[in-house]
Order: sequence, then C-alpha cells, then structure tokens
Amino acid sequence: MSLLEREAAGVAMTPDNIRTKQLPLVVNLGVALAAIVLSAVIVLGTGVGNWVLVAVVAVVFYLVGLYFAASRVEGRRAAKNRTMQSLIYTACILAILPLASVVWTLVSKGVERLDGTFFGSSMNNISARDPGGGAYHAIVGTLEQVGIAALIAVPLGVLGAIYLVEYGRGRFAGTVRFFVDVMTGIPSIVAGLFILSFWVLIVSPWFNDGNPRFSGFAASLALTVLMLPTIVRSTEEMLRLVPGPLREGSYALGVPQWKTILKVVLPTALPGIVTGVMLAIARAAGETAPVLLVAGGAAAINFDPFAGNQQSLALFVYQQAGDASRYAPARAWTAALTLVALVLVLTIAAKLLARRNKLSR
Amino acid sequence: MAKRIEASNVSSYYGSFKAIDSVSMAVEPKTITALIGPSGCGKSTFLRSINRMHEVLPNARIEGRLTIDDQNIYDPDVDVTAVRRMIGMVFQRPNPFPTMSIYENAVAGLKLNGVKKKAVLDEAAEKSLRSANLWDEVKDRLDRPGAGLSGGQQQRLCIARTIAVEPQVVLMDEPCSALDPISTLAIEDLMFKLKDRFTIIIVTHNMQQAARVSDKTGFFSIDKTGDPGRLIEYDDTQKIFSNPTQKKTEDYITGRFG
Amino acid sequence: MGDNPSRSVNATAGDLGVTNNGHAQGAGSGMSPSSFEPPLGGGGALPKKTRFSMETGFRGLSTAAGSMVLVIIVAIAVFLVSKAVPALQDNTANFLTEKTWFPNDTEPVFGIAALAFGTLLSSVIALIIAVPIALAIALFLSHYAPKRLATPLGFVIDLLAAVPSVVFGLWGRDVLQQPVREFSVWLNHYFGWLPIFGGEGPFGQSIMLGGLVLAIMVLPIVTSLSREVFQQTPGMNEEAALALGATRWEMIRTAVVPYGKPGVIAAVMLGLGRALGETIALALTLGITFNISFNLIQNGGNSIAANIANTFGEANSTGRGALIASGLVLFAITLVVNMTARAIIYRRREFRDSAA
Repeated sequence: MSLLEREAAGVAMTPDNIRTKQLPLVVNLGVALAAIVLSAVIVLGTGVGNWVLVAVVAVVFYLVGLYFAASRVEGRRAAKNRTMQSLIYTACILAILPLASVVWTLVSKGVERLDGTFFGSSMNNISARDPGGGAYHAIVGTLEQVGIAALIAVPLGVLGAIYLVEYGRGRFAGTVRFFVDVMTGIPSIVAGLFILSFWVLIVSPWFNDGNPRFSGFAASLALTVLMLPTIVRSTEEMLRLVPGPLREGSYALGVPQWKTILKVVLPTALPGIVTGVMLAIARAAGETAPVLLVAGGAAAINFDPFAGNQQSLALFVYQQAGDASRYAPARAWTAALTLVALVLVLTIAAKLLARRNKLSR
Repeated sequence: MAKRIEASNVSSYYGSFKAIDSVSMAVEPKTITALIGPSGCGKSTFLRSINRMHEVLPNARIEGRLTIDDQNIYDPDVDVTAVRRMIGMVFQRPNPFPTMSIYENAVAGLKLNGVKKKAVLDEAAEKSLRSANLWDEVKDRLDRPGAGLSGGQQQRLCIARTIAVEPQVVLMDEPCSALDPISTLAIEDLMFKLKDRFTIIIVTHNMQQAARVSDKTGFFSIDKTGDPGRLIEYDDTQKIFSNPTQKKTEDYITGRFG
Repeated sequence: MGDNPSRSVNATAGDLGVTNNGHAQGAGSGMSPSSFEPPLGGGGALPKKTRFSMETGFRGLSTAAGSMVLVIIVAIAVFLVSKAVPALQDNTANFLTEKTWFPNDTEPVFGIAALAFGTLLSSVIALIIAVPIALAIALFLSHYAPKRLATPLGFVIDLLAAVPSVVFGLWGRDVLQQPVREFSVWLNHYFGWLPIFGGEGPFGQSIMLGGLVLAIMVLPIVTSLSREVFQQTPGMNEEAALALGATRWEMIRTAVVPYGKPGVIAAVMLGLGRALGETIALALTLGITFNISFNLIQNGGNSIAANIANTFGEANSTGRGALIASGLVLFAITLVVNMTARAIIYRRREFRDSAA
C-alpha cells in the first residue's frame, strides 16, 4: 500500500482504479433545470423581482447544486474543478452580453438616419425643430484631423522606434522606453488640456492677431500626443522581429547602418508597422475629449484645419447626445454607427493584415 | 583583384570576455584558407574581426593589427563600410533579403551603395549569378522573391550578392553547415572557381571539406571553456592533414578530441 | 557554434572599434562617389571616412525622435502648471479641500475634493466589477477554450477595446440607464438600510451606471494583458502540477496564478489608469453633482475628466485655468499609477529574462 493510499482518503493506486466516475450529463442538466425552477418559484412566488433576478439566482443555485452533485459522484477536488470551470464560462457569457447589446443598439438605432442627407449635409442652420441635418462636416473634420495627426505621428513614432531598437543603448534608451510605455496611459483629456494650454492659448494667438483660436490642427496635435507612444511601441516590436542576420548581411556588403535600416530593416517590418499604425489611427479617430477642448466643434463645414472651429464625428456624437432636440438622438446614433464602422473597419483590416503577414512567414 | 590579409597579435573581446588571444597569420591572395577547430574556439570570431563585423555586437572590440595589403583596417580614420565592401562575407545560414526579388538580392550591394544605372545592374546581376553557378537555375524567375529558393540556392544567391560588389576577399562562415550534401558540393565547386579572383577564407566544422577545398589550414583550439581561443597551427593543408607539427592538431584531425 | 553569437538585434555598425582608437562615433559615411568606379570592392587605398555623414545625421534624427517622448511628458507638466497657477492664485477657497466648482464667478471658488473622490469611487467600482470577469475570461482564453474558440473570442475582446468611449457613453445613457434605474429601485427597496443603496431617488444617472460602463471599457485591457501573462506560464510548471495528479483548477491555482500575479497586478493598475482618465463615457452617464457621497444608486457622481468636458464650454479664463489645474491633478495621479504598473512589468520582465 502506498503512502498516498494510506494517508489520502479516496486515492487508490491499483490499475483497475484509474477510471473515475464522471458526473453524467443528465444529472448536470437536471441540476440546471432544478435551479431554474427553484429560483423562479422563490423569486416570482415572493414577488421580490422579475426574470432577471430569476436568472441570476438560478445561476447561483446551479453552481451550488453542481458542486454538491459533483462532489457526491466525482469527489471534492473534481467538483471544485468543475464549478470553477462553470464560473469561468459564466463570466465569458456575462462579458459578451453588453457587447451584443451595444452592437444591437448601434444597428437598430443607427439605421434610422442612415440616409443621403446625413452624409451630405452639415448642421448649419438646423434648429432644434428641424429633423434633417447631417454629419458631413464632422466626417470631414475627423478625416482631416486624424490624417494630419498621422502625418506627424507616423514619421516621429517610426524614427523613435528606430532609435530604441537600432541605436539606443544604456540608461537613456531605457528611460525613453519606460516613458513611452507610461505615455500610452496618459488620459486623452490631459493631452487635450496640454494642447489647449500650449497651442491654443500660447502659440495660436501669434497667428491670429493676439486672440487664441480653436482649430482642427490643434486637435491633430492632441491626437498626435495620443498616437505617438502606440506607434513607437508597435513599431519597436516589429523592428525587433527582424532577424539580426539580415542586418549583418547588409553590413557585410558595406552598406552603412542608416541605409540598412531604411532599405532592409524597415521594408521587412513594414506590414507589421502598418498594422500598428492603423490601430493607432483607429483609436485616435474615436477620441472625443481632446477635440472638444481644442477644436471646439462646429455646426458648419470648415475645410480649413488651420483656422477656426472644426467638428469631428466623435464630438458630433457627444454634442448630439447632449442636445435637447428630439431629432438629436437619432443623429447621435447614426453618427456613432458611422464612427464605429470606420474604427472597426480599420481595426479589422489591421488585424487581418497582421495575421496574413504571420502566415506567410 | 585579390589582396593579402595579415593579422598580427589579434585578440578579440566580447565585453570583458576574451574570445581569441593574439592570433597571427598571413593569407596570400587567390588562395583558399580554411579555419578549423572545435566549437567555441574563436575561429568565427576571428573571421568576423577581419571585416569588422565583430564590432557589430554590443561591447565587442579587438586589439592588435589587421592589414589588407599593409593598410590597417582598424585605423581610426578608416571608413568601416569601405572595409566591408573590400572584404565580403557569406554567413552560416543563407540570409537573402526577404523583401527583395532574386535580381534585387543579387545587386543589393550595388544598389544600396548607390549604383543606379539599369544597364550596369543588369550586367552585374547576370555576371554574379553566373559566377555563383546560379544563373541557369533562376534566369527565368529573376523577379521572384529570393526567399522562395531552396537552401542551397539561397546560399549561392548570397554568394552572388557578395561577389557582385567585387570585393578583394571573401569570408565564409560555415557556408555549408545548413545545407544538404549536394548543395554543399555545389558550393565547394564554386569556391574553386572563385579562387581565381578572390582571396577566400572559410570557417568550417567539416574537416573533409577543409582538406578538399583549401590551400592552407589554420587550426584553432581552446584549453577549456572560458579560456580564449588560440591559433595552434597554421600551415599548408597537405601538411596539416598528413603530418601536423602540434600534438593537439593531430589529436583533433584524427578524431581523438573535439 | 558557441563562438559566433549570430544575434545582433541591437547592432551598431562600427562604433565600438579597436581599443586604441579614441573615437566612439559614426559608422562609415556614404561612400564617396569616385570609389565605386570600378570596382565597388575597392582596389586601392582604403577611403577615409568623412567627418559628417548621413549616418551621424540619421542617428541624430532618430535620437531626437526618441527623446520627443520625454520632451512631451515634461512639456505637459510645464504647460499645465503655467496655466493652472494664475487660476489657483485667484481661487478664494482651498483647492484641495473645497467641494464646489464656481471658478467663473468674480470671486472664484473651486476645489478638487468632490471631483477626485468621484473619480476614485467610479474607478474602484469599475475595477471591482471588471477584474474578476476579466481574469476569468483571460483564464478561459489561455487555459480552457479550444483554439477554435479562443481566437475569435480574443478578437472580439480586442474589438471591444477599439469601440470609442463616446459610443459606450451613449449606450450607457440611452440603453443601460433604464435597467440600472429599475435595479436601483429594487436595491433601494430591499437594501435601502445600507447607506450605499439608500436615498430618496431619483435613481439611474448614478455612480453605479458610470461604474458599469467604465467596467466594460476597462475589461478588454485587463483581459488582454492578463491573458498574455497567463500564456507565458512555463509549460514545465503546468505539466509538473498535472503530473502530480492536480485537476485543471488546481494546476491553475498552483502554477499559473502565482506565476502571473505581478503581471495581473500591473494589468489591473493599467486598467485603473484608463478608468481614472475616462472622460466622455462618464460625462454622459453620471448625474454631475459636487458632493462627497458613497451612495451608489442616486443620481449623482462626478469625475475630474467628466467635469472638464461638461463645464469647459462655459468656462472663462479663470475657469479654464481651474479646469487645467484639475487636469494637472489627474495627470499626476495617472502618471503615478502608470509608472507603478510599468515598473512592476519591467521588474518582472528582467526577472524572467535573467531566469531564462
């Protein structure tokens, strides 16, 4: 007799004992059914709540019941294993619920104003009583602001990543890397306040006869602050994946390092870098707070990102959500649907690109 | 176009670790020199010191004097890229540039160093691919990615890429260790052919290969792990393999050690 | 081949040369045009390198770009302080203890107390809800789900992270508010004796609603980071536990959880950072009051960021300064939280790398 058999009850180490009893599926389902019935009787019978409470209590009953049923049949350890597994599955379903609800609401409420007027006109001269109006000016604003932000952030971010991977050594590079990570956590509203106090309040008066001025460009700067660390991080990761021997192959041909980086390393890492940039752009396109603080929002179309208030899609959603007009919620939801579509298309395209790239290697 | 390489008292370091200790040898133009020895004996480190690839690694440095036709390649004012153009290198694993086609790989060294004329590039591509015994196999698919070739073909592409720059010396760091026997044979044939034009130094684990292809052989060894590698014996290949002076060399080539 | 480390990811071509040369800078220049006519491999003397080269220029440019990050972080602090100080000097109340927010009056009175409290309370509630679920999903993805299920589910979680916060805010206000209100009434009815569920109503636009929306937004961050950490558990440890006869849950308890603990703490702190800084979702879902109360279900609640978004439009010069001052506080808090989280991750990475 082994030590385990002597000391641990229920452990037998003979060959015919390697089969353990499994909780039959019927019992499992029985416990579930009993839990639902019991919960319904208690909750509805006493009248303390509705079907939501029935479901919640049923889940609790089911988990408890399962634990006891399983410990009778399979033993305590296996029962615990089974219960934890069920808990984990429950949590997953719980997380899917809000997402499903968001998607459903977006589509069902968003289609209401999904028409030509919405995409073809602005909110200029649309009063609270007017049903029309659209987000054309907001779409223009989002595209311009995000485009300019990308133009600034991408070269800066890629160069910064090149510094970290190819040139950076020692303590300074370590500090830069650390603060790139820290900077990814800076709240967007802080980035907006920074550009507000730096660009709008201090720099922009120089170009505007001493008066501070909102502009789409200021929003671009704020978005740049938010995009930069994301782009540096993702590019850095991609550059690190480029094998060292490729660089050596180029050095051995007498190619200087800067040219090796530009002509050999960057092209090899390009698909991954593009993925990271697209994700950063998608994130920036959804930002509301910075645009609110430094571009101000507008009702009319403004193609000039360097002068005057500009709208963005995310800000449009926010402003319509706070608007008292009874036509505003529909506009808000359609704009939200448009925004999510834009962001998701970018995100999904980026992920697919990354996956295809991985497969082809 | 082939030059003489001379090393006198060359020691290479990785940080504080001394990888090779005071190696001296002279390599004559248009010869093949093989460097053999057990793993970790510093033969690759020495090879990488010859075209200043050693210093690519962090904290790597060398002491001593390395000359190509009596010019010290480690002089402070020497352009390191010029050294590497003059002394090309083929690596253990084939490393064609994955984003480039076969054609672009072959002329990568020229293009990246600023040659732009299409006619010059075309001619150099064909010439180097022919020299690398690869032309007939790839001439119909020059625009296909270089990474699509077989391992042996990739390695010959890398050799083509190296000789397209028309260096004086070609260093080969175990060029056949990742290849099958037939590809190995193809590369060995190629080495004989290239000997007319280049000084070739090859590091190999394979003693038969050293005996087959080289004119001279250098035997590196270490006493124990952590000690620097030393050049034990350097002589005509014939002599090393038939009648070595040093006991250690004899032990190694007869298989009693390493 | 022990003598030829073939990895040179951090390679610097040619600046760590021989000991006897004094220079430490600059790999080769671009070549002088004459030296590749013919042949490129050079027949004559070795060319001298030039003093200024593309190499130095490019290295300088990329170093400058890398330093930009530090410059920006310092600049944020400097500019926020420069704009906050005048407003703080005009303030007639104590900025740290005052609860109300009237910075636009002729005698400005404003303080961070209620806002900071609301920020912390909503974030803590969000974490209490989100962390257990996030960890469960992370474990599911790393140790329970078959790969066919784990990949799409992981993808969905990532998409959740991509949805703009304004959309969650809108959803929270238009959709989630009603069930939360009903639930609040129910809680108030049966558990009203608890201070957090007390009050006379109205209910709905409460800390609970804001916390729930925040929880959904924090979930993907905590999930994806924890999942990464759990996946890195050495297979050896897991197999050792299983080989001793542990059930899957026991294996997770003994091998996965202890290994992943620091990483999970860091993930939670990053989630906290996100929750603290969230603006628009809270501006749309909270009731916006300026008091300190633990009541979760009555209309009310506020946060630094939401207050900035809500009152920015009416702010005059002092009002803007006051909002910037509150933003400075937020910046400081999130900076500390993020730096702590990153420091944990970095220490752990060093530990792992040195053990490997």
